[in-house]
Amino acid sequence: MALDLGVFCKSTLDGEVVDHCFSSLFGLGQNADPSYLDWLMTAWGWTLAVAGLGLTIALIVGTVMGTLRTLPDTGRGSRMLVRFATAWVELFRNIPVLVQVFLWYHVIPAFIVPLKLLPSYWLVSIALGFYTSARIAEQVRAGIQSLPSGQRAAATALGLTTTQTYRYIILPMALRIVIPPLTSESMNAVKNSSVAFAVSVPELTLFAMQAQEETSHGVEIYLAVTALYALSAFGVNRVMALIEKRSRIPGFIVSNDAAAH
Amino acid sequence: MKMKQISQILAVTALLAISGAAVAASATMDKIKSSGAVTMGVRESSIPMSYTTGDSRFDGYHVEVCRMILNDIKNKLGMSTLRINYQPVTSQNRVPLVQNGTVDIECGTTTNNSNRAKDVGFANTLYVEEVRIAVKANSGINSISQLAGKKIATTTGTTSVQLLRKHEKANGVNFDEVFGKDHADSFLLLESGRADAFVMDGSILAGNIANSKNPKDYKIVGEVLSTEPIAIMVPKNDPEFKAAVNAAIAKIVADGKMPALWDKWFLKPIPPKNIVVGLELSPATKNAWANLNDKPAEDYAQKK
Repeated sequence: MALDLGVFCKSTLDGEVVDHCFSSLFGLGQNADPSYLDWLMTAWGWTLAVAGLGLTIALIVGTVMGTLRTLPDTGRGSRMLVRFATAWVELFRNIPVLVQVFLWYHVIPAFIVPLKLLPSYWLVSIALGFYTSARIAEQVRAGIQSLPSGQRAAATALGLTTTQTYRYIILPMALRIVIPPLTSESMNAVKNSSVAFAVSVPELTLFAMQAQEETSHGVEIYLAVTALYALSAFGVNRVMALIEKRSRIPGFIVSNDAAAH
Repeated sequence: MKMKQISQILAVTALLAISGAAVAASATMDKIKSSGAVTMGVRESSIPMSYTTGDSRFDGYHVEVCRMILNDIKNKLGMSTLRINYQPVTSQNRVPLVQNGTVDIECGTTTNNSNRAKDVGFANTLYVEEVRIAVKANSGINSISQLAGKKIATTTGTTSVQLLRKHEKANGVNFDEVFGKDHADSFLLLESGRADAFVMDGSILAGNIANSKNPKDYKIVGEVLSTEPIAIMVPKNDPEFKAAVNAAIAKIVADGKMPALWDKWFLKPIPPKNIVVGLELSPATKNAWANLNDKPAEDYAQKK
């Protein structure tokens, strides 16, 4: 079938063609009413914002929780921390992400009233962040446990404290090892951000559902949204690839690139 | 596109049937007569228009009207029995299913608009939907003008979203819109206080209020924001069938059966849970009965 991409140049109010279809994207012209293209770009912005905040929360919390799960048994305090981190991971990876979003939006604010004042953008980012953090925590734990036990033993022999051991010996190695699975997880965060439509964040999925109803051009709308999701995920992939390349220490971790040289 | 090809083939077959036979026969009516069965498109949960009462039984205002229409057509064709097969449809597949002939007559909640009229035919309107505002009874809100700057819930993928946007632009006001992913979700937003109002089709508002924990806590207020004809859908290239359906509708209306039907479905307890929708007969619907027509939604908008 023929694609009618002109639908993106139509006004979202009266369906007429707007004056500045593409030029408004670059700030050259100002449409009286936003076109579907303008709306698409705003929606993309929301998708990136949810994914960005969610991923930031996920990386910080996930690294902390993953590290805590590997703490050596040095007393009651450390055992409590390990148990806490284990409970965290099990809690957040055993519940579907959409259900978690609803929990944060409808259920938890019913008990903790101040949370009602928080915009749904924050609530959904927290939900997405915590969900992803459980998965990242497991990858960080896998990275730490893949290190030879001699590393930790050597650090202890040097007289380093547990904090110093993690800071200078274990984490610099482990975090480099887990960059490839973290890339997948970061790309997942972009794609999972689509659940935000369910709690009224005007992101790409919400745009797709609404605009296809208004324009009756579902195929064009969904193609554009698909392209933007793919582009965003690929962008994350390239950034992570750059980080992987930049942080590589020759001789420490043999990546595919290095092996090919 | 496949659909178009199918409809073209159907059109050609219909034309052949018309020109070939001595009497101007209808493809749909021929099919009904030869197979002894008809397929009615119904909705799963459009209370009280068209919905399931459990065990794959379907009922509702439009479904009952359609059963009367089909009974009339049965008598006209001189058949002793006519089997009705119910085919549940959704907002996404209802038009294609009527186009390709899977569904002979769709009795749901389809808005008759000129965009859809390119693909399907619409019988004369028997129900005019009005977009209204539902609020909490103690909120003190009585009009859309009191909603400026307030949070308004509406459902993603409905025309109400665009309607609100147009209203904002026309009146220079600003609403804080929140979007539910379905009607139940939008109503939850109103119930939990995340929204001050829920803007949607009147029957949907009434149905959700009737289904809520405490129906007295909510009321439908304010001016009618938009009116849309909801009509029974029939195949496009079969004017004889549409004429037969409209003749049956005219007979039902002339017999004065419509007010009783309205009472039964909108004002009295309905199966399966015996809820009361509680939506009064609107002047617009009354007018549609008095002047039977198949005008699309666009004509209703111009009247205002």
